[in-house]
Amino acid sequence: MNKRPFAITLDVGSSLLNHTGSWRVERPTYVDRLPPCNNACPAGENIQGWLYEAESGNYEGAWRKLVEENPLPAIMGRICFHPCERACNRVQVDEAVGINAVERFLGDYALEHGLRLPDAGPDSGKRVLVVGAGPAGLSATYHLRRQGHQVRLVDSSAQLGGMMRYGIPAYRLPRAVLDAEIARVIAMDVEVMLNYNVDDIEVERESGHFDAIFLAVGAQLGKRVNIPAGDSAKILDAVSFLHEVAEDNPPLLGRRVVIYGGGDTAMDAARTARRLGASEAVVVYRRNQEKMPAHDEEYEQAKVEGVTMRWLSTINRVESDKIVIEKMRLNAEGYPEATGEYEELGADAVVLALGQDTDLSLIARASDIEVSDGSVQVAENLMTNGRGIFAGGDAVPAERTATVAVGHGKKAARSIDAYVRGVTFEVPAKHELAEFGLLNTWYYSDAERTQRPELEKVRRQDNFEEVVLGLTERNALFEARRCMSCGNCFECDNCFGVCPDNAVIKLDNGKYEFNLDYCKGCGICAHECPCGAIEMVPERI
Amino acid sequence: MTKRPVRFYQVGSFAVGNRLLSDDERTVQSDPNRANSIDSGHRACQGCGEALGARYALDAAMRATNNQLVAVNATGCLEVFSTPYPETSWRIPWLHSLFGNAPAVATGVAAALRVKGRSDVRVVSQGGDGGTVDIGFGCLSGMFERNDDVLYICYDNEGYMNTGVQRSGATPPAARTATTDVVGPQPGNTFGQGKDVPRIAMAHDVAYVATATVADLHDLEAKVERAMQFRGARYLHVLVPCPLGWGSASNETIHVARLAKETGMFPVFEAEYGVVTSVSKIRRQAPVEEYLKLQKRFAHLFGKNPRPDIVAHLQEIANRNIERYGLLEQDAEPIARHVSSSEASA
Repeated sequence: MNKRPFAITLDVGSSLLNHTGSWRVERPTYVDRLPPCNNACPAGENIQGWLYEAESGNYEGAWRKLVEENPLPAIMGRICFHPCERACNRVQVDEAVGINAVERFLGDYALEHGLRLPDAGPDSGKRVLVVGAGPAGLSATYHLRRQGHQVRLVDSSAQLGGMMRYGIPAYRLPRAVLDAEIARVIAMDVEVMLNYNVDDIEVERESGHFDAIFLAVGAQLGKRVNIPAGDSAKILDAVSFLHEVAEDNPPLLGRRVVIYGGGDTAMDAARTARRLGASEAVVVYRRNQEKMPAHDEEYEQAKVEGVTMRWLSTINRVESDKIVIEKMRLNAEGYPEATGEYEELGADAVVLALGQDTDLSLIARASDIEVSDGSVQVAENLMTNGRGIFAGGDAVPAERTATVAVGHGKKAARSIDAYVRGVTFEVPAKHELAEFGLLNTWYYSDAERTQRPELEKVRRQDNFEEVVLGLTERNALFEARRCMSCGNCFECDNCFGVCPDNAVIKLDNGKYEFNLDYCKGCGICAHECPCGAIEMVPERI
Repeated sequence: MTKRPVRFYQVGSFAVGNRLLSDDERTVQSDPNRANSIDSGHRACQGCGEALGARYALDAAMRATNNQLVAVNATGCLEVFSTPYPETSWRIPWLHSLFGNAPAVATGVAAALRVKGRSDVRVVSQGGDGGTVDIGFGCLSGMFERNDDVLYICYDNEGYMNTGVQRSGATPPAARTATTDVVGPQPGNTFGQGKDVPRIAMAHDVAYVATATVADLHDLEAKVERAMQFRGARYLHVLVPCPLGWGSASNETIHVARLAKETGMFPVFEAEYGVVTSVSKIRRQAPVEEYLKLQKRFAHLFGKNPRPDIVAHLQEIANRNIERYGLLEQDAEPIARHVSSSEASA
């Protein structure tokens, strides 16, 4: 009985016997929230996911994660207008993470190291016709091949790439990069037919025994407007102009070139004209800079290269060596109105960059496919009213960018895959958005964005060398590490460290688990989680 | 104290650890095999700053002494919630003293170790602000004056919380406690009273005096490690918010401690032999309102009958700290910028 010391009646015990978890009214739970970059990416890339890999220097792993969604990272790292960076939460701390620059670094890394895309899937026995080898067609081809479907890719041009080759000048997208990334997709055993015009889609379907068709014909026809013009006036449209330049057969424009329109194509045409020797490249646009649809990067580059702007102006008449422009003003609703004031401007050629239309002659006889406003109408899954015919890219109503087209290609591939298998594709529910307010930015140290170097102005004037240069490995790593990993654990140990009750268990795989026997539900872990990956959930009491 | 330059940009040196950092750049707390000197199952309130601060400090001391550590503990919250008879949360040799004599008991432990020739075993004495600033102050001053080989750690939650939130000599002016009610023209605790024990400790010219908060773990651990490099009396004063006594949300314990430092209300510095050797600069300066509004003990300064005059008085105290210790960087950011929305909405 009395083996214990004097005045001691109970054996000593550990407080581990005391399960304080019973006090809890809320339990912490690890969650994956949707980072705003991923949410904004038209191609549906898991940006936070591949940056996470890149942060540790695992560039191959990062690239592999990237090409799960998008097979053209070196191209996208150059021409994408990166809506991800506008959505980036880091904008509210200092500056957005240079996602596009890191994507390009990874794309170039893969080309340099000869990384191959994942293998095609086991043969499904289904055949799909993809019409148009632009970003939408190539993306669809890649995903369809991964799903195991046979793909015939046809294009009316002499080379693959669509608008990436014939619309985007080489100083933005070097042809070697374009060719290499396209070749990687085609190497997945894709049947390619170039210089091939599809006259009637139904005839094509029957003769080729296709189970489904993806129309990715783009918008290749430059819009024309009726401007009174003298006989010797030189007027051409920007799409044809850029196409001819891409085919190394540039038209003669003269010394003074006027570009009519305010979109990215107008900027491309103006910058190209400068490179072809035009001493003056003037963009005439009917509204002002604020309303201009061209992206800021394009506009800034054009300005640096000596392109000048005439805001609030329309072209009234074109003659052989001059144009007459009418000045405009914006009314209360922001629409331009004529002022009746005219001005002459010396011009040897006028390039119309007023938008593009889609050539839909191939579906003219497929009466069940609905077309309105010059675009093919599609359902949410990109299927037209035509049986097994899907459409995407510039041919359907959406923002006309290469990245949107890549996203359409992926989406169409999923829908086609479901269609030919006779099932419906269920779009997985999106996670809750990782908004800035869910972050605890205290833990991120201040690190300003790395700027991409650019080709000096004097070296851009008469050639098509790439203007925006890539990041070094060191800079790319720095930039990747600026990612705040919004909504997704990046293993910072904060929850493990800040728990007053030692109720967080650190697992061998770098992740964590809550020990609910002792967690009192104070919520410090959730509050101090830098990236908002812990949620407090009410207990059922 | 030398700190490594920031090399990692995603979380810099502010988070507990990170998968991309080498082991020696992480905190003791990020180590899955840390000592966990105080174990789970203790009965501290939800979000207790003191339980957290004690584990931070003692785990760091355990590493610094190669696990050769004895702790003496004054009566107070920390003792009560960790050792309800017959349970204990302590995984280190631990002695409970009276409320007022922990420094003297630690002196005795150190003397006994000296007699036994165990210079490898180090002594930590710890207590709350009541046991340190008020009740044990005579013993503490004696320990300093004799320069006994003890690190005394005060976990300052600014009142007698365990007995029902009474005022201590560390309670800030204007704060409501059970003994400083919000009545009369100057509601809450009186201005111009209380003790600044870190400065009093410095006046003893002991080897090392430092302040820290539970909001900056790297800083706290570095200070414990530094303290263990000295022999003789040393003093560490750690601010540990008390959700119960301060009326703050349990999940904001660290956030409140961070604001105490970022407003200048609690200066974080270290001193050797009576001279300040380094201060933790304010990184994102905030007005004192941001700190006060999170705590119900200051609720009477806001709301229906606000007391901007008293808030201004508290801001003056913060400003005086900022000036006294040089807490601002030369190019510091202006007040209230760069506060994350989670912080701003709190």
